[in-house]
Amino acid sequence: MARSVTTQRKIINTAVAWTVGLLIFFPILWTILTSFKTEATAIADPPVFLAFDWTLENYATVLERSDYMRFLWNSVIIAGGSTLLGIIIAVPAAWSMAFVPGPRTKDILLWMLSTKMLPAVGVLYPIYLIFIKLGLLDTRTGLVLVLMLMNLPIIVWMLYTYFREIPVEILEAARMDGAGLKEEILYVLTPMAIPGIASTLLLNFILAWNEAFWTLNLTAAKAAPLTAFIASYSSPEGLFYAKLSAASTMAIAPILILGWFSQKQLVSGLTFGAVK
Amino acid sequence: MATQHSRSAARLMMAPAVILLLGWMLVPLIMTLLFSFKKYLPLRGGDLGWVGFENYVRFVTSSAFWPSVLATLAIVGGVLIITVVFGVLLAILLNQPMWGRGIVRILVIAPFFVMPTVSALVWKNMFMDPVNGLFAHLWTAFGAAPVEWLSQASLQSIVMIVSWQWLPFATLILLTAIQSLDSEQLEAAEMDGAPPIKRFAYITLPHLGRAITVVVLIQTIFLLGIFAEIFVTTQGSFGTRTLTYLIYQRVLESQNVGLGSAGGVYAIILANIIAIFLMRMVGKNLDA
Amino acid sequence: MTRIKSFHAATAMALVVASGAFADTTVTIATVNNGDMIRMQRLAPEFEAQNPDIRLEWVTLEENVLRQRVTQDIAANGGQFDVMTIGTYEVPIWGQQGWLVSLDDMPEVWDADDLLPAIRDGLTIDGALYAAPFYGESSMVMYRTDLMEKAGLEIPDAPSWDFIKQAAAAMTDTDNGTYGICLRGKAGWGENMAFLTAMANSFGARWFDEDWQPELNGPEWTAAVNFYMDLMTQHGPPGASTNGFNENLSLFQQGKCGMWIDATVAASFVTDPDDSTVADTVGFALAPDTGLGRRGNWLWAWSLAVPAGSDATQEAKTFIQWATSKDYTALVAAKEGWANVPPGTRSSLYENPEYQAAAPWADMTLNSINAADPTDPSVKPVPYTGVQFVAIPEFAGIATQVGQEISAALAGQQSVKEALDKAQALTLDEMEAAGY
Repeated sequence: MARSVTTQRKIINTAVAWTVGLLIFFPILWTILTSFKTEATAIADPPVFLAFDWTLENYATVLERSDYMRFLWNSVIIAGGSTLLGIIIAVPAAWSMAFVPGPRTKDILLWMLSTKMLPAVGVLYPIYLIFIKLGLLDTRTGLVLVLMLMNLPIIVWMLYTYFREIPVEILEAARMDGAGLKEEILYVLTPMAIPGIASTLLLNFILAWNEAFWTLNLTAAKAAPLTAFIASYSSPEGLFYAKLSAASTMAIAPILILGWFSQKQLVSGLTFGAVK
Repeated sequence: MATQHSRSAARLMMAPAVILLLGWMLVPLIMTLLFSFKKYLPLRGGDLGWVGFENYVRFVTSSAFWPSVLATLAIVGGVLIITVVFGVLLAILLNQPMWGRGIVRILVIAPFFVMPTVSALVWKNMFMDPVNGLFAHLWTAFGAAPVEWLSQASLQSIVMIVSWQWLPFATLILLTAIQSLDSEQLEAAEMDGAPPIKRFAYITLPHLGRAITVVVLIQTIFLLGIFAEIFVTTQGSFGTRTLTYLIYQRVLESQNVGLGSAGGVYAIILANIIAIFLMRMVGKNLDA
Repeated sequence: MTRIKSFHAATAMALVVASGAFADTTVTIATVNNGDMIRMQRLAPEFEAQNPDIRLEWVTLEENVLRQRVTQDIAANGGQFDVMTIGTYEVPIWGQQGWLVSLDDMPEVWDADDLLPAIRDGLTIDGALYAAPFYGESSMVMYRTDLMEKAGLEIPDAPSWDFIKQAAAAMTDTDNGTYGICLRGKAGWGENMAFLTAMANSFGARWFDEDWQPELNGPEWTAAVNFYMDLMTQHGPPGASTNGFNENLSLFQQGKCGMWIDATVAASFVTDPDDSTVADTVGFALAPDTGLGRRGNWLWAWSLAVPAGSDATQEAKTFIQWATSKDYTALVAAKEGWANVPPGTRSSLYENPEYQAAAPWADMTLNSINAADPTDPSVKPVPYTGVQFVAIPEFAGIATQVGQEISAALAGQQSVKEALDKAQALTLDEMEAAGY
């Protein structure tokens, strides 16, 4: 009796959850489907769901028109570089905040977060002028720096909450055994923190990949990432839904696949100290 | 017991991050402050001298100012409410026993990976377009007149697009929190005959307080600066001009850097008011 | 030791410099993602083959993003681009600031005298040419000949606004998804305000009087905007307040519009059977008037210019010469047909019988372009130049905000009077901020 109730509940749960999940996912699915249609099918009324002549024409057009690989590579370098650099700078800071907290630690942490509230549009002009002076316009180095600074507060915060969950006793034990600061970080802390670091890495890679204000405004040709690639496919003349869908799919596919494969790691660390 | 030695080591380790962020904050901030007291029109020769508080007065007295503050608050508030409410519901749902939970989680998480520009373009063209959009087809199929989403329900449409992007984030954090909930406590309450609503209100919700705070804090930080979604969809028309977008119009469309910088200073002040408010809330919750 | 080191450094430097002299020069081109520009990008390998020492880098962006990028870059002197695609609005303002390189030294063979005078004048400041027109356009009425016939009407070559209204009413068939008229409603100085400013000219309206006082809530503007609003709310498509050029183009191509008043370049798109379902049944007429002596058509040329901050001025000019030459026109004609050549810039094109045969709209385009006078756009005298814009730096910002007010009125969120009163107030405010 009790079993059938739970089975029944499980069926209902499954049905509801799948419906909701598919609804949330639908815009992405629709984009991917549309990318395989012709422009005329893309706007057909009633809409065609699966029964259309699948074509790769849109992908061919997009690949012919833009150097996709270069945009992709720039995205990888910029997102990857800024995330790695950010982690290198943030690990020691987060470590000291978590294990040697001073009276002002919390204030410093919150202040760091508040720097993220500076409106980017408001400081575009100053940053542009500084970039000209330093010759950083349209360079990957410049974007790596800016995105690293943008995400540094988030990285520090995530690592801090993760480090705090590591029991101090383990560190003390290591110290008793004569481990220095370096050994402590390298051999005790880092292995324990790897899941946290991995999830921090992933989240910030995603944030940097999707950043569309600085990456668009500080680049021209050489360092332009996928956000600029998309800007050349929005509202051109004539019908464009299918080509836009193809370009969109190409821009989000790498991060979508990465996200799906590593979602366990991402989720396990995505607590921001929300769980205690 | 932290020794003097480890204290100074700690300070040293914190230094790079602190100094970098201080520079990242102060240098543009000081330049913005300088510009904001100047008549600075790049298309009319650049720096045209000091004007005192003129830009500040002009920015607030413009008829666009208060509506833009309200639009900002409406978008941030709307998205927060939607993502938190639906996030809690989704998290509870995903925590139930079911088949294929892993796949459902993958489906739910997906919007978070989509670039804001792409999601705005897709929603605007393929869903909300009043002639060729999917919603229009759907509405006409049921004999209703298509809704002109981005003009007649502009603010709601933008809130919807942004909520779609941030719902996965909220859901995941809340899900982690729910999973850490002591199930024995819930079972005990169930044994005692407490109805599901009571169990939710007295056990689950209090437990989620901390997670909700974190969601609100992190999302607010990102939502205050949303730009791409508005730039792509309405370009600030139909009451969707946020403070960020107003500043963009002043600096880039009107090329009035002085006026825009004054707006930037106001935006920083607004952000800090919200920040202090949030920090109080979070600070308390984080210590607990 | 140090001396040897520095000697090595010097040799290395010399080598770098020497090889640099033979290396490619990169020309970075910022352009719009319009069809003609994408075609130019596709044909560019021909240019690179002819000029092996020049390498082209393309930055193709959507119009709004492009404008933001190039304006930001030129105003801050960022020097990121060697060729910029800009319009008749930017050229006089930027040229006056000394931000563009003069193109007066283009070679004889490029034939500057062949450029259409109306277009050329718009790109000339104090006798010097600052940009080369890539394609030029005016605006005109495009209509469905079959629907016009069904409505029992015959459109004159130079119709009046009243006729347009009558025809729009007769052609509207909401049940079948056909709307009498499609016009721009999307806010933006280059979107609805380009159309409305040109339309207002034909109603005798002007942006500013001779003392730079805005007249947006005056009787002429009110009449023009009310007329526009009546047309659109009664005979326009749903969601018109978010329709720009591209949206209307696709509506027209799908057969949903009876008439469309917009850029002359659209003629080749709506008659292209590959993209248009109504390719065979499109007719053309001059933009309408109200009998005051001005028609509601504009004048625009997407042009290529070299910013003063470029470090490859000579190479950039070589490219511009190629892209705006008669040879380029011939190249496009050979590869993609005469109907697809960039129109509206050269007299020789309109004398070419092959083009006339392939482009039945050629005469109407030329007449429209010649009918626009940027120096005397309205019925009353004005202190500014520009037909559908006012060539002052503040205009883009002002007109976009005015456009948003009118767009909101079109969406039914406020009345025409409210919109125009707000427009007047914000224009006064912005002009004051700019020091008028």
